[in-house]
Amino acid sequence: MLVAEKNALTEEIEQLVEKYGKDRSALLEILHEIQKKHRSIPDFAQQEVARLLEIHPVEVYSVISFYTFLNTEPKGRNLVRICQTISCDMKNKQAVVNAVERELGVKIGETTRDRKFTVEYTNCMGLCDQGPAMAVNERVYMKLTPEKAVEILNEVK
Amino acid sequence: MVENLRETRQGEVLFTDYTRGESVKKALSMERQDVLFEIKDSKLKGRGGAGFPTSTKWMLTAAAKSEEKYVVCNADEGEPGTFKDRVLLWEYPDLVFDGMIIAGYVIGAKEGILYLRGEYEYMLPSLEAYLEELRKDNLLGENICGKEGFNYDIRIHLGHGAYVCGEETALIESLEGHRGEARNRPPFPVTTGFNKKPTVVNNVETLAAVTRIVEKGGEWYKTHGTDKSTGSKLLSVSGDCEKPGVYELPWGTTISELLEKVGAKNTKAVQVGGASGVCLNKAQFDRTLGYEDVGTGGSVIIFDESRDMLKVLKNFMEFFVEESCGQCIPCRVGNTKLLEGVEMIEKGEFTFGYINKLKDLGKSMQVSSKCGLGQSSPNSFLTILENFKDEILNYANGGRNGK
Repeated sequence: MLVAEKNALTEEIEQLVEKYGKDRSALLEILHEIQKKHRSIPDFAQQEVARLLEIHPVEVYSVISFYTFLNTEPKGRNLVRICQTISCDMKNKQAVVNAVERELGVKIGETTRDRKFTVEYTNCMGLCDQGPAMAVNERVYMKLTPEKAVEILNEVK
Repeated sequence: MVENLRETRQGEVLFTDYTRGESVKKALSMERQDVLFEIKDSKLKGRGGAGFPTSTKWMLTAAAKSEEKYVVCNADEGEPGTFKDRVLLWEYPDLVFDGMIIAGYVIGAKEGILYLRGEYEYMLPSLEAYLEELRKDNLLGENICGKEGFNYDIRIHLGHGAYVCGEETALIESLEGHRGEARNRPPFPVTTGFNKKPTVVNNVETLAAVTRIVEKGGEWYKTHGTDKSTGSKLLSVSGDCEKPGVYELPWGTTISELLEKVGAKNTKAVQVGGASGVCLNKAQFDRTLGYEDVGTGGSVIIFDESRDMLKVLKNFMEFFVEESCGQCIPCRVGNTKLLEGVEMIEKGEFTFGYINKLKDLGKSMQVSSKCGLGQSSPNSFLTILENFKDEILNYANGGRNGK
């Protein structure tokens, strides 16, 4: 990481700490914002958050490693999550998964070479009456067919 | 995005017309203990699944001595097959937030927190906008609706995709910025909750019911449902049926009545209560939904004759292995062992002796796990193995139905 990048990140985290406060309970909100902007929470950001909240960096790492939506390794620019839980499974989520895997040329859990997409499984998203369901970043899509899923991904920039 | 079907939904208690703020104003005109009495009279029990009497929880928190108290609305519904809170928050935020304000008044809190699961982040803008409207109407803020000294506000805290955070002490840990690992109880959140202050944690549906109880009275509420399970229940129905969706039905409805209502045909099995619930076979379809018989947080998944119950069980066990937080051994190791057992059955490489040992392990997990996750995760393993014994144990012989 370049020094200029580090400085920018530090400044960003300082602003977040100002916004959410120095209390431990602000940790997840701060991490959420970093994750949202950078799609991951790099080592340096973890150290800076720890320094500013006056906790051990390991505490920050342990929290990140616990939650599915937080990660330390960068993922693709767009995160595609397909529901694998039973109701979506019964509505033939496998066909959707196969189509997405074929179209993007990656398997579940992988990132495309242009880093545009990371495809993952997720557990129940609470859309069981409208399965199969998929989320692209924060947006959710329901009643998917293989064609529809691919169409949605084609529209993503 | 998800549709709003409020106009077309029908129900006796929750899915009806309601004007925002009405119950809040009524509650504020009453003494705190009278509101509590009304809720006690209604015999309302927690709708998240555990079924703890709401009035007892509130009474303990109200009685706890502290300057700071909190109301937490648990909108971390992660149970497979559950989506009623999504519908409530999307279409009936008035009922939910009014319930939170009433709870704040009764226990004497200054802050309410909605713990919204990360998967529902798309709802955040509309919920924030709704809270802003409440502030404009003075339903939140200082001296709410002219009630001197009642200052209260609500904020939304986003979850980050951890099923276990639906457990109330894990949820509180998560609110405090820690890993979502359940605490030992006692002390209970009613005395030592968020930031070690007395905290009431209620399910979204419970709070919505409170709003209606305050509006119409506990006596009225009791006219719905059964003696021990008063009122109605929102059921999230999915799986093999013509009309999946959220239904409001009075407690005491039988499984077969429900199946008929949702247009389920050739039903082989019904999973009540999600992955942590129980799986019923045809012979049990006359059982009733209610705390006295089949209790549930609201998830109903329907399987028809074409479904393979071992695959269903495997899906559930994979879910628990992934979602176990790993802090206590019965849950962390137990769920893995149960999944291994399912895979052995799949391949036909098992002994009956070992399967019986796994059943015993499941029973041990129910009593020895630290929180509700591990205590309830063996339920589907035990009930599917019991209720679909022939199908499961003959799986590897090619006879899916034991033929």
